[in-house]
Amino acid sequence: MSGVAAEIAFDRATKRYPGRAESAVRELTLTVPAGAICCLVGPSGAGKTTAMKMVNRLIDITEGDITIGGRSVRSLEVTSLRRGIGYVIQQVGLFPHMSVADNVATVPRLLGWPKTRIAQRVDELLDLVELPADDYRGRYPSQLSGGERQRVGLARALAADPPVMLMDEPFGALDPITRARLQHELLRIQRELHKTVVFVTHDIDEAILLGDRIAILREGGVLAQYDTPEALLERPADEFVARFLGLDRGLKLLALRRLDELDLAPLDGVSAPAADGSTTLRDALSQMITLGTRSLVVLDGAGEPRGVVTLETLTGTPR
Amino acid sequence: MTAPGAAWVAQGGPVIPNFGEGSDCVTENRFFCPDWVRDNWSGVLQPALVEHVELTLIAVAFGFVLSLAAALLTHRYRPLERPFGAFAAVVYTIPSLALFQLLVPLTGLTVTTVEVALVGYTLIILYRNILEGLRSASPEVLEAARGMGLTRGQTLWRIELPLAIPATMAGLRIAVVSTIALATVAALVIPKGLGYPIFLALREAFNTEILAAGVLAILLALVADALLVLAERALTPWSRSRRVA
Repeated sequence: MSGVAAEIAFDRATKRYPGRAESAVRELTLTVPAGAICCLVGPSGAGKTTAMKMVNRLIDITEGDITIGGRSVRSLEVTSLRRGIGYVIQQVGLFPHMSVADNVATVPRLLGWPKTRIAQRVDELLDLVELPADDYRGRYPSQLSGGERQRVGLARALAADPPVMLMDEPFGALDPITRARLQHELLRIQRELHKTVVFVTHDIDEAILLGDRIAILREGGVLAQYDTPEALLERPADEFVARFLGLDRGLKLLALRRLDELDLAPLDGVSAPAADGSTTLRDALSQMITLGTRSLVVLDGAGEPRGVVTLETLTGTPR
Repeated sequence: MTAPGAAWVAQGGPVIPNFGEGSDCVTENRFFCPDWVRDNWSGVLQPALVEHVELTLIAVAFGFVLSLAAALLTHRYRPLERPFGAFAAVVYTIPSLALFQLLVPLTGLTVTTVEVALVGYTLIILYRNILEGLRSASPEVLEAARGMGLTRGQTLWRIELPLAIPATMAGLRIAVVSTIALATVAALVIPKGLGYPIFLALREAFNTEILAAGVLAILLALVADALLVLAERALTPWSRSRRVA
């Protein structure tokens, strides 16, 4: 179970604790396509972490099943199941007595890789998470910043090239700037590696940014809606989802698109403030408000005017 | 019941004051006579020092092995903490003189008697410290270990035991230093260790010998402690100062 991404399928997966009336996760059915990031979001008590931990059996499924690449997680021996799944948690949980290199080498060592291959893999991964290997290999976790620690945590989870990654609010404890940087690095890494990722977060903006799919859970571990970010923002299934997305969901939707993607009106000698084509619709709207204008001239990559975007186009976009 | 004094009287026999021989310093029993130390180093002090080191090493080694085993069992089976802790605490409260007297009828005036007592006193500190050390791995660290597929044994061996080293070494330092101090009392039972010259000298109030043997015991404790500090540093490279490049 290594290398190529695998589909994760929840099939009426349920977790009930003895002596508690309400289930923690109830009949969760959803499929995460191979190579996609699925964000599990919801208020606390909605069972998102529980759902995630059922995948690597840190929590046992009461009823139903979960399959990875078609194989039930119950069919594998639990330690070998876990060694084939990358696991990243909020507090990172680096081993304080081991160097960065030894931390990253944990799973390859468990799998009995030869030493030279492990050393090579460690350097490769440190490069991937942008920690220069020569500088960082020998450091201990106490000598790293919070952001660096989570980079090492990510490298450690990726070490044995697992097809599946579980990430439990990995950036939740970081300051906003570091968090944003790591979110974008995760996207960059994902473009290279195409893992199937289950990503738990309580931050809907993070889910919209990272998720190819978002599953919104409500109290009692019931799936409220499972969709792409766009579909979710455009057509929330019910009042709960709409409230969870927030009153600014129109703006969130605008933030998902860039001026480049629009059909622009012809220039026709219009004179208006300029905006780069890579600007999000949300930022374009904000610019119109700030500048007190109803239209912007959109520039292409070379800085040449390409067309005009109007307030009507923007407000019309979400339909 | 044998009187506490009987042990050393039986072993040592009648003591003849010896400040009759040697230098004026010795004859006049001045505060400290370096020449006596020079003359008696290889005959009295050095052998006593070596015996003292042996008594201490054996006691701490046995105490460590027993405590480690008890702590590992407790780490696995939590309910054992009360009985083990209580046993170690009760042993610790027995005055050493009384403990020797309790043991002499069983094991006689032997090294065994001394070692059983010395081992007994190391248990509480070593057991508690090793156990605390084994528990020092944070919940996140344990969750990460479990999530990555380490077995229980691998978690113990690769994570919990190494992380227990600092607390264990702290316990060993206290155990070694207190055993070195306590082992002087072994002379009540056997004519061994730095306590023996002190006992003999006490009966004659011979200052130099008391002082020399006493200072040796203190130096031994300081040196042992320093060695343990060095060992701890070598064993825990991760806990050295936070170097930020």
